[in-house]
Amino acid sequence: MDRINRKMEHSFITEKLRKQFGEDILDVDDNSDILSVTIASPVSYDVIAYLKENPGLGFNFLTDLCGIHYPDRGLSFGIVYHLHNFYENKRIRIKTFVSADNPAVRTVSDMFSAANWMERETYDFYGILFEGHPNLKRILNVEYLDYFPMRKEYPLEDPTREDKDDRYFGR
Amino acid sequence: METTKPIYAKADPPEGYSAPGLFATTFDRVVGLARKNSIWPLPFATSCCGIEFMATMGAHYDLGRFGAERLSFSPRQADLLMVMGTIAKKMGPIVQQVYEQMAEPRWVIAVGACASSGGIFDTYSVLQGIDRVVPVDVYVPGCPPRPEQIIDGFMRVQDLVANESLRRRYSPEYRELLIKYGILKKD
Amino acid sequence: MATTNEKQYTTLNLGPTHPATHGIFQNILKLDGEIILDAEQTIGYIHRAFEKIAEHRPFYQVTPLTDRLNYCSAPINNIGWHLTVEKLLGIKTNKRIDYMRLIIMELARITDHLICNSVIGVDSGALTGFVYVFQERERVYEIYEEISGARLTTNLGRIGGFERDFNPAVFKKIREFLDRLPKVLHQFEKLLKRNRIFMDRTIKVGPISAERAINYGFTGPNLRAAGVDYDVRVMTPYCSYDDFEFTVPVGAQGDTYDRFCVRQEEIWQSLKLIRNALDNLPEGNYHMDAPQVYLPEKQDVYSKMEALIYHFKIVMGEIDAPVGEVFHSVEGANGELGYYLVSDGGRTPYRLHFRRPCFVYYQAYPEMIRGGVLSDAILTMSSMNVIAGELDA
Repeated sequence: MDRINRKMEHSFITEKLRKQFGEDILDVDDNSDILSVTIASPVSYDVIAYLKENPGLGFNFLTDLCGIHYPDRGLSFGIVYHLHNFYENKRIRIKTFVSADNPAVRTVSDMFSAANWMERETYDFYGILFEGHPNLKRILNVEYLDYFPMRKEYPLEDPTREDKDDRYFGR
Repeated sequence: METTKPIYAKADPPEGYSAPGLFATTFDRVVGLARKNSIWPLPFATSCCGIEFMATMGAHYDLGRFGAERLSFSPRQADLLMVMGTIAKKMGPIVQQVYEQMAEPRWVIAVGACASSGGIFDTYSVLQGIDRVVPVDVYVPGCPPRPEQIIDGFMRVQDLVANESLRRRYSPEYRELLIKYGILKKD
Repeated sequence: MATTNEKQYTTLNLGPTHPATHGIFQNILKLDGEIILDAEQTIGYIHRAFEKIAEHRPFYQVTPLTDRLNYCSAPINNIGWHLTVEKLLGIKTNKRIDYMRLIIMELARITDHLICNSVIGVDSGALTGFVYVFQERERVYEIYEEISGARLTTNLGRIGGFERDFNPAVFKKIREFLDRLPKVLHQFEKLLKRNRIFMDRTIKVGPISAERAINYGFTGPNLRAAGVDYDVRVMTPYCSYDDFEFTVPVGAQGDTYDRFCVRQEEIWQSLKLIRNALDNLPEGNYHMDAPQVYLPEKQDVYSKMEALIYHFKIVMGEIDAPVGEVFHSVEGANGELGYYLVSDGGRTPYRLHFRRPCFVYYQAYPEMIRGGVLSDAILTMSSMNVIAGELDA
């Protein structure tokens, strides 16, 4: 539905990003539904600030922030940001990956207040730490939960239940 | 305009001795009859079953006909705790706290599959049935149950209320039940 | 007499079980007399781990989960999920399916806005509107029952279309609904919209400016009440919304009265959309020819070999999903409901994340009630239409 030539716009965005950040732009994927850019985790805050404040880009709305876990990769935890430019009606997906022994990125909640609870939810589910977050504690699960439930190694069902009869559960 | 005679359905009187101008029965049957037609529910509506409860209270299905017109959101003034919706583990202590604040006699109805047994959510965060934290009298299955089913559950509670002995709440079995749930302390 | 010069603040606990919080979430308010200074929020009292469940269910079994997100307008969630999976699989639906979906989504939007507006009335003391409006919701429940069999959590449609075509009873009921609702809506508006008491209670209550709203990630009627005309149906049209003309109502100050009026006007626009779609419903099949995801006809399953194999594979959940990721958003009744689906080619999604509008905009609640009194806080909360199922997922 865009009247602007989509391909040209995407290359415009990626060129500006590459000119500004050089090697920290690890991957650009133009084949899925929206432009996906994978960046290195130390510069994630700067990339998003650049996308928001640069007048040629102007991604002023944070649609979504979530985490993802790939246990068999080196950098196993990913954080995915979906940004939206209201004026030009453009969406972009920024992905950054961190390793399991130091899963930390800088928070974007000072730029986008919407990210406050979204980062808390990502911390609650995956244990990814957001440095500089004003109130990083569990939001959806109970406070005394001592593991991060969305990680792939934990099961869906409650492991402390004793009353399940294996005959009825197909085991 | 013709006037139509209203149709009154006759309810069965309790067992007793009736004579002209006189009806004699036992005290607990009279009290049960009075109580069952004036139950004040506490709608503990958490999720989708709560919306079906709102439809039950609405004009189409009208729970008010059964005497439950005055909803009480304060447990101190309620007789019936209607738990409607999924109860997560975070919410479990709160259900117990609300139950403890209710005065005797009190009844609990678990509306919906999630309140009865955890429903479709067999996960780490959902309490698999509120009968893990409070004693339940009637379970209404469904996801969500139709308003007719909720009314049916309510009528089963009315049967329980009508036939309850006045001494039940002081009996040792009831005390054991509450001790099992941790509501009363064993002394 | 010794006097202390330090101020004493009151802490008031609002929730989680409270008649005015429609759903369970807790706010601990810090009050200076009656003025609210701050609020600390606790949510998660109905966290059912949808995203974890979705990683263990085949694609068609995720639909009942999406029902329970915003359960007041369940069909929008269902259809949004089907659109997401169709985007991943590259299935394009024909116009008839699009128009049928549009009619159902607009009906769901009407019901959600009806609940929200009548509940604003209830919280300010006007219970009559609620009872009138719920009668109309019963009519829509009957329509859902004709289409899908269930009243509230509908599990409506299939990936690739619908399970059966609309029968004549559905069309008759929708037309009757379209004729009945305007009268009831006029009565409801006469009750509240220019009512002096209601206006005094809701104008300038719980305001938010457009810049703060965008920063907080507001979408939907709450954002439109603040003055920003962002509507996913217009920005990224899906499901043939661009074939229709409708206006997007926008407010001025972002307060409770604007939210009420924006929702009221959206109901009128949805009625117009349904009428247009119903009058121009094209002919066609009610499902696309997508044998990998759509169950074949029973006669074929019993007689032909490929149909039997497809049926078996689909029921077992072994559809050939491509490796990839997709983000699709629909205009839910509360805002932009997004689905971020990552698939690794297996039977279940690798990661499914719901971008829930309630979760995002409820963060702004302390800022909106600061400086007001407690009764304003109650009305603000009900005008934001926070549905607990969507808040916690």
